[in-house]
Amino acid sequence: MEDIKPEETKVEEQKDEENKVCPEKLEEAKLKAKYPLLGNKPGGSDLLRKRLQKGPKYFDSGDYNMAKAKIKNKQLPAAQTEKTEITGDHIPTPQDLPQRKPSLVASKLAG
Amino acid sequence: VAAGFLMSGGGGNDVQWCFSQVKGAIDDDVAEADIISTVEFNHSGELLATGDKGGRVVIFQQEIENKSQQQCRSEYNVYSTFQSHEPEFDYLKSLEIEEKINKIRWLPQKNAAQFLLSTNDKTIKLWKISERDKRPEGYNLKEEDGRYRDAATITTLQVPVFRPMDLMVEASPRRVFANGHTYHINSISVNSDNETYLSADDLRINMWHLEITDRSFNIVDIKPANMEELTEVITAAEFHPHQCNTFVYSSSKGTIRLCDMRASALCDKHSKLFEEPEDPSNRSFFSEIISSISDVKFSHNGRYMMTRDYLSVKIWDLNMENRPVETYQVHEYLRSKLCSLYENDCIFDKFECCWNGNDSVVMTGSYNNFFRMLDRSQRRDVTLEASRESCKPRQVLKPRRVCAGGKRKKDEISVDSLDFNKKILHTAWHPQENIIAVATTNNLYIFQEKVN
Repeated sequence: MEDIKPEETKVEEQKDEENKVCPEKLEEAKLKAKYPLLGNKPGGSDLLRKRLQKGPKYFDSGDYNMAKAKIKNKQLPAAQTEKTEITGDHIPTPQDLPQRKPSLVASKLAG
Repeated sequence: VAAGFLMSGGGGNDVQWCFSQVKGAIDDDVAEADIISTVEFNHSGELLATGDKGGRVVIFQQEIENKSQQQCRSEYNVYSTFQSHEPEFDYLKSLEIEEKINKIRWLPQKNAAQFLLSTNDKTIKLWKISERDKRPEGYNLKEEDGRYRDAATITTLQVPVFRPMDLMVEASPRRVFANGHTYHINSISVNSDNETYLSADDLRINMWHLEITDRSFNIVDIKPANMEELTEVITAAEFHPHQCNTFVYSSSKGTIRLCDMRASALCDKHSKLFEEPEDPSNRSFFSEIISSISDVKFSHNGRYMMTRDYLSVKIWDLNMENRPVETYQVHEYLRSKLCSLYENDCIFDKFECCWNGNDSVVMTGSYNNFFRMLDRSQRRDVTLEASRESCKPRQVLKPRRVCAGGKRKKDEISVDSLDFNKKILHTAWHPQENIIAVATTNNLYIFQEKVN
């Protein structure tokens, strides 16, 4: 058990009162406790620069198109099953192949 | 606030709001593309446009039942839907350009067709929406299905006539305003001169002529020579509703600058700077973040403007720069949750706000699918909820209450039970009537004033 000197207790009490009056400062203390390395200037250029460049960076357009294709396959499972049926069995004809760009789905608001 | 606001239908708290319609899917599994990103009524209120993350625009048209009766209940039905923007890849930066529609703004109607501007992060498009209800029939050289006739078989001549057909609404892109922005477009605003409009990104504001797509004028540039010195970004911009030389832009530091284009070509120097002095003893890590203005809107009468920051709505008199004339707390109970809201990024959510037709009431969204109506003239406010559970036709919305701490009363919801994934960022108010459109994540709710 540590010995807390009387002066230190007084300062802590003062801080507590301030925090009680200002919930924001209490929240700030919580955040700093979790992330002690957090800098003091949240609105600084780092945060803003992160905002200016939003979204993941891709290596190149090939990387981008592959990522897009993965997402589209997830959203349209029907297209995927067609693909698995075709490969290996016969030489596909243009009609068999799923469209590279699946037809655009209409908004559900219009449904 | 001048007298003359006490008109019936002011939208204040003597108004009871009831459910009218809800659009969108019921299922909880929301596809990214279906997330609504903007909602806007046109100038007459007859049309209501929505944009979504998938780059699509859906326009609803008001159809008034029982026009002859005094009390009319209007319904909005799908009028047109089209794909406005597609995802693109920026090869130079190796970044994706999202197709998400950031804003839609309608042009005032000049002829039979309707025009709107829609924008994603980089490109603004002017769309023409026109109706076709007649088609020509009785061609001499063509069959009805379009195939050409053998000239030798034609023995008589007829005059083609227009015959009525089922209404067809066509949307066509008339102008594409591309390559004007290096950073992400957050606002577009049509000028009262109906010839020009502005587009604003994080660091610059451009002015365009609606007819000219290969040139735009840069009117504000806050990009520092050294990006390390960047301290604030532009968050929203709007032209004055009547003065075509005046516009405002808000910043991430909580300031609003009013600029007069007659003063100089480049409006880097503001004519007025609106900023509320901060109490230094209250300053915290979060102060600057929550002071960032997410939306700025002029009042219809052009005398005031409203700003939305994370926790409050402020009304400013254009003649008074040093402080707002009114401040309303949207969800003050969140001030003691800022730590977790910072951790889950909710503190960066950008809420919009809007005025009612006679500027007496303002509305803005919150979490848990709550939205707030703030009555300026009666100094009262109410919290309502857009929920599938209050969807019976003409069901009156019950006021909701959040319990900040201590003992929770019956019918109250505690702060810790709020769903922070259910955010209402976009709302719109009909320009003349008490009809509001409230967008949850993927549903559009339309509420109307209760009519006895």
